[in-house]
Amino acid sequence: MYELINTTLIGITSGSIYALMAIAIVLVWRSTRIVNFAQAGMALLSTYLGYEFIRIFHSFWIALPLAMVAGALVAALIDLVFMRLLVKHASQGPIAAVAPIIATLGLLGVIRAFISFFWGNQDLAIDSPISNVGYTVGTHTLAISPLKLAILIASLALMGVLTLLFQRTNLGLALRASAFAPEISRLAGVRVDGVRTLGWALAGAAGAAAGMLQTPNGTGTLSPDSIEFSLLLVFGFIAAVIGGLESLLGAVLGGLILGLVLAFVLTYISGSLVFITGFVLLIVVLIALPRGIIGAKGARRA
Amino acid sequence: MMSLRISNLTVDHGAIRALDDVSFEIARGQLCAVIGANGAGKTTLLRTLSGLKSATSGSAHWNETNLLHGKAEQLVRHGVSHVSEGKSVIAELSVKENLDLGALWRRNKKESAETKTFIIETFPRLGERLEQRADTLSGGERQMLAIGRALMSKPELLLLDEPSLGLAPLVVAQIFQAIRDLTTSMGLTVLLVEQNAMGALKIADTGVVFNLGKVVANDFAPALIADPAVRAAYLGY
Repeated sequence: MYELINTTLIGITSGSIYALMAIAIVLVWRSTRIVNFAQAGMALLSTYLGYEFIRIFHSFWIALPLAMVAGALVAALIDLVFMRLLVKHASQGPIAAVAPIIATLGLLGVIRAFISFFWGNQDLAIDSPISNVGYTVGTHTLAISPLKLAILIASLALMGVLTLLFQRTNLGLALRASAFAPEISRLAGVRVDGVRTLGWALAGAAGAAAGMLQTPNGTGTLSPDSIEFSLLLVFGFIAAVIGGLESLLGAVLGGLILGLVLAFVLTYISGSLVFITGFVLLIVVLIALPRGIIGAKGARRA
Repeated sequence: MMSLRISNLTVDHGAIRALDDVSFEIARGQLCAVIGANGAGKTTLLRTLSGLKSATSGSAHWNETNLLHGKAEQLVRHGVSHVSEGKSVIAELSVKENLDLGALWRRNKKESAETKTFIIETFPRLGERLEQRADTLSGGERQMLAIGRALMSKPELLLLDEPSLGLAPLVVAQIFQAIRDLTTSMGLTVLLVEQNAMGALKIADTGVVFNLGKVVANDFAPALIADPAVRAAYLGY
């Protein structure tokens, strides 16, 4: 019984972090039609910056929002000086569809090289700001600790804020309109280029939050070629695709479903099957529901 | 004088010359029908004037605003609204959101609310469907929404690309009547690109006939309707 509860709790916590990463991927996809493989690098860089903020302010909870702001700025800068130029010059012919995607892969390498140049290759530690020891009920220890609870609350709060931003504000209307129909949006007076940069910035902030929260929850260490961040990208991407790649709600559900499935496989079958399971789930969803669980009417094809 | 002035405008699509040395003027408050066969350059003309497409040479001014030196999102702030071809509404957004989109850039929210009330009075069918997604509307309603969205931007110069496309004859008549009424009541200057040459010329003050990127006739609308050459080539009798 406790095993079942614990597995569910682990699944929800890790799922909420995948969901944040999925949101970051969906935000860039929706506003620019680019699958951003550099998202892992951007999250890693933001977390390194967060590590510096922790050293300056001695507080994880001050460093978290600062890392998100830094992540937003880094992402906006990447769009302004790099992606805009690239999309403008490679917008013709058969290369147009793949050039930006390949470029984000290159960017991932550049960011990792940049990190190892500035911070070196050794592991840096981010300590858990609050206890990561599970609460106890009687003699049983639950898989939910103050840290995991905080992660869950922070993730849900971010999703809530983003959803309100998208559905209830003028800025959100401009973001959605620019994603669906850039030309009509321009004719209506929306500065689509600026709105796209903002989409990148929001994605940068969400990715930074995912990186900052995942690190103390996982191994607690950072390195330029962190496997943890690669997995974060892969699972975030799978979660985004499960959710249909178009909707924030889909990204959240995709993240939670993936988190739960992986947790149950880990507990009840075998730890060595976790990685494979993510891909099997992706393939099953793509075959059974090619437009994702939220697809159909709400979304639209690329 | 307030007017749209186009002189020696030339626009290329790669190696193809879409508009060739086009010159004409429209006085403020006039409704001008732009007619001609497919590929005559009518759509290119509108896309160039609204800032979506860049010109090769020539000039185009709306009052003091140089239309060839601005992006679409800037020109709309100078009173130029373009309803592009094929019911330019955003299918995934609600009717209300499509309308609001046109006024996002306007600072005076009280004024934009008044504009919205006026549009809903003009097109009551939109008022009944404010919360519906735009892709649940009929073709005619979508065209009304596209025009409504353009009006939300408080235009002085309205560029309309084939509003009659794919609509039933009765609906076309309604849309044309609405365009005529709006031109008069809002003091708009309108450039109406149409395949339905007769319908457009009937409500227009003036007309410009295009053929292969060149202006071949430019006159008052009744004169064009009476012109035997225009009748034979574009009005079908």
